[in-house]
This record gives sequence, C-alpha cells and structure tokens, in this order.
Amino acid sequence: MERTLRISKIREGIVIDHIPGGKSLKVLSVLNIGEKSGYTVSVAMFVQSNRMKTKDVLKIESRFLEKSELDRIALIAPDATISVIKNYEISEKFTVEIPKRILGILKCNNQNCITNGREPIRPEFELLSRSPLVIRCIFCERNMGESEIHSSL
Amino acid sequence: MLERKSIVSIEDVSTEEMFEIFRVTDEMQGSIDKKKRLTSMSGRIMSTLFYEPSTRTRMSFEAAMHRLGGSVISMAEPKASSAAKGETLADSIRMFSSYSDIIVIRHPLDGAARLAAKFSSVPVINGGDGSGQHPTQTLLDLYTIYHSFSSIDGLKIAILGDLKYGRTVHSLVMALSRFDVEISLVSPPILRIPDYIKSRVQDNVKLREETDLNEVLSNCDVLYVTRIQKERFSDMNEYNSVIGTYSIDVSDVDKMKKNAMILHPLPRVDEIKPTVDYDPRSAYFKQAANGVPVRMALISLILGD
Repeated sequence: MERTLRISKIREGIVIDHIPGGKSLKVLSVLNIGEKSGYTVSVAMFVQSNRMKTKDVLKIESRFLEKSELDRIALIAPDATISVIKNYEISEKFTVEIPKRILGILKCNNQNCITNGREPIRPEFELLSRSPLVIRCIFCERNMGESEIHSSL
Repeated sequence: MLERKSIVSIEDVSTEEMFEIFRVTDEMQGSIDKKKRLTSMSGRIMSTLFYEPSTRTRMSFEAAMHRLGGSVISMAEPKASSAAKGETLADSIRMFSSYSDIIVIRHPLDGAARLAAKFSSVPVINGGDGSGQHPTQTLLDLYTIYHSFSSIDGLKIAILGDLKYGRTVHSLVMALSRFDVEISLVSPPILRIPDYIKSRVQDNVKLREETDLNEVLSNCDVLYVTRIQKERFSDMNEYNSVIGTYSIDVSDVDKMKKNAMILHPLPRVDEIKPTVDYDPRSAYFKQAANGVPVRMALISLILGD
C-alpha cells in the first residue's frame, strides 16, 4: 500500500511529536498560539502510536521555541520530541526535558503562598517526580500534581 | 554547624544539629537555674517581625536574646507599619537585616520566611508562616520529649486536633519521621494532615490516621494535643462542625500509661480541661518554658563565633 503523509511537510518551523493524545491544544495555549496569532498550524490528534497508544502531533510554520517554552511543553508532554525544520529538512531534533528547577513559568496553586502576592520574586519549583509528575514550591513547600500544574500553566 | 544559617523549615536542621541544640539547651537551662548572667550576645541585636499575633513565640525569643545579653528591636503592630502602606516583605527584610544581626519572623502567608531568608543579609528564623512550618516549636517539642524519655526512638506518639492547618504539627511530623517512632494522627476527617506533608514522612515510620481518640489513648507515650484554630477557617460552618470534637479530661488521662506525657503548643481553649493540669502527665507548661533555653541555644549556635 502506498504510504501517504497525513499532513504535508513544512518549509520552516517546528514539529512537536509524541504529545499525549488530546494535549495538543493545551500545548498551543501555553505557546500563546490562538485565534489571533496568525501562524499556520497543523494539528493531528489521537494518532495511533506504538509507543504511547495515541499521540498528538503539531506542525507550526515559521515559529521557533524559547527555552521557557520548551520547559512549559515538557510539563504537558514530558516525552515530546521537537524537530526544527529548515528548508523542508530536519535541522535539529531533540526531546524536551523537565528541568530540575522550574523557574518563573507557572504560578503556585496555593493561594496563600507568598509568591502569589506582589513580591519581587519569580515562582520557583523543584521537580520531585517525573512520573507521576509532582513538583514542589520552594517557598510554601506545597506539592503540585499534573492536573494542578496544567491548570496553572 | 548552624553558624550563620537561616532556619525556615525543620528540614534546615539536620538530626546531628538537633542533638547539638539539645546539648546546648541543657547548658542554657543550667545557666537559667543558677541565675547566671550571660553576655555572649552582648552588642548583638535581634529583630522580631511579627505580622501575626503571637505571645509565647515572640516573648520566648525576646527573653532568650535578653538572657544571652543581647538586645531586641520589634516592629510595631503590622497595621501601623510600612506593610500597611503597601511595602513588600522583600523591601522590609532588606531594611531590617541592615538594622540587626538576626531576624525572627512570623507571617500569615505560606513561604514568607523562605522569601525573607532570600532577601536578608542576616540569618532568619521562622516563627511560623501561614499554615506552613514552625520549626522552633518543633525543636522545643522534641527537646521536651527527649528530655523526659532520654530517647525519641521507640516511642508511640499520638497527635490530636487540627492536623490540616496546624503548622506546629506539620513541622513535628516531618521531624519525627527521622526517628523510629509510631505516629497516630487523630482528627476529624476534614482536618486530616495534608498529603504534601504525609508524602514527606519517611517510609520507615508507622503512620496511621484515626478519628477516635480512644483507639490510641491507652497505648501512646506522648499525646500531642492541638487547638482547632478558628482563624484558619474561611468557612465558619466548617469550623462550627468540628469545634469541641475532642476535649481531654481526667477520665481520658486515666486511660493513659502512667509515664505518658501530654503536650500542647498552647494556647489551649477547651481541648484540654484545666483539671488535667494537676496530673503529672501534663507537661505543656514545662514544654512552653523550654521555649526559652531552646531558643537561647539556637541563637547562640547561629550567631556564635
């Protein structure tokens, strides 16, 4: 049988693969890609995958990622692979990694935490466990699990 | 070991440092008993910044510094201070750390003491932050237990009351988990200890949760009673549903072991009847008194040359 591409190749931009099935919209949200962003985005959801049962894939044209964005993606899709595409070819491919110290990319979900006031500090968390995902606020010492992290991103 | 160190969480104090504090506490108690005048902190200043009401913690820290020959400066009522004008805690701490050699802080927000330690140029001691930690209370609790039983290992410890919001309990459970102890946590279901504290208890500790005090009363070596804190509840219906759940009276104490000990971080309201005070097992006033030598030891070890 002839193999066909579900989504066509892109000239420049990024491909984010191995996103857990259904999480691609959350990834777009943390990248601030919405109705007014103007990027050409292809979304494949619940694609059959040997490794993860179902996965989502995103292709975003003319968009590259900052370190803080990679950290945000890692908190939603810890096994995501990023391919950087230049002139239709993969110029770089890597897996995201949840940093041991998570600095300034999400708020503590403890409303009584000092970091949610107007102090001149960035929220900071330490990674306790990758699977299940658990992080701890270094200020109030409360743990946050996956659902709390995702709603805070 | 503790030199120049901030103590925000009980985890900032190693077990070795804890026993060093206990050893120096014995020396400090000896000096108090002999009415010996100490001058080791002469010329040193402690700032006490209490953004929440406090009686025992504040006074025992101040008494400790005075007994060591040092001086104390205090912030007036927070309502009258720069915090009321909108100053950040970070700015206040930068300023106070230039006025003094050590800061003691109590604050209603969780994590405030950790923030203070980040912005301070001098050591910071946490006198209680929100429903977070109260490490010096834990040091004096453990000192009181250790002094009475000569060991912490092997004890059965029941902790009763508000385990959800009670910061003294959070620090205590974390510290006890370093030892070979059995901990029974007795509370109404809605005031159970938070998972984030439970997850930090070492695997070797036997931990069980109960709602019925009678399940543990006859078996425990230490009964640690806490007040259900009205000020921590946002829902008064919830508070009214649990207030008065436990109230220790003489008939309860009669069920306990002869050499058991009843502790309470104080203030109490109605969770221990005043008639219990006359039973030799009641140790909460001695526990409160230990606050001074324990804090003298801590200040000396942090600021000592």
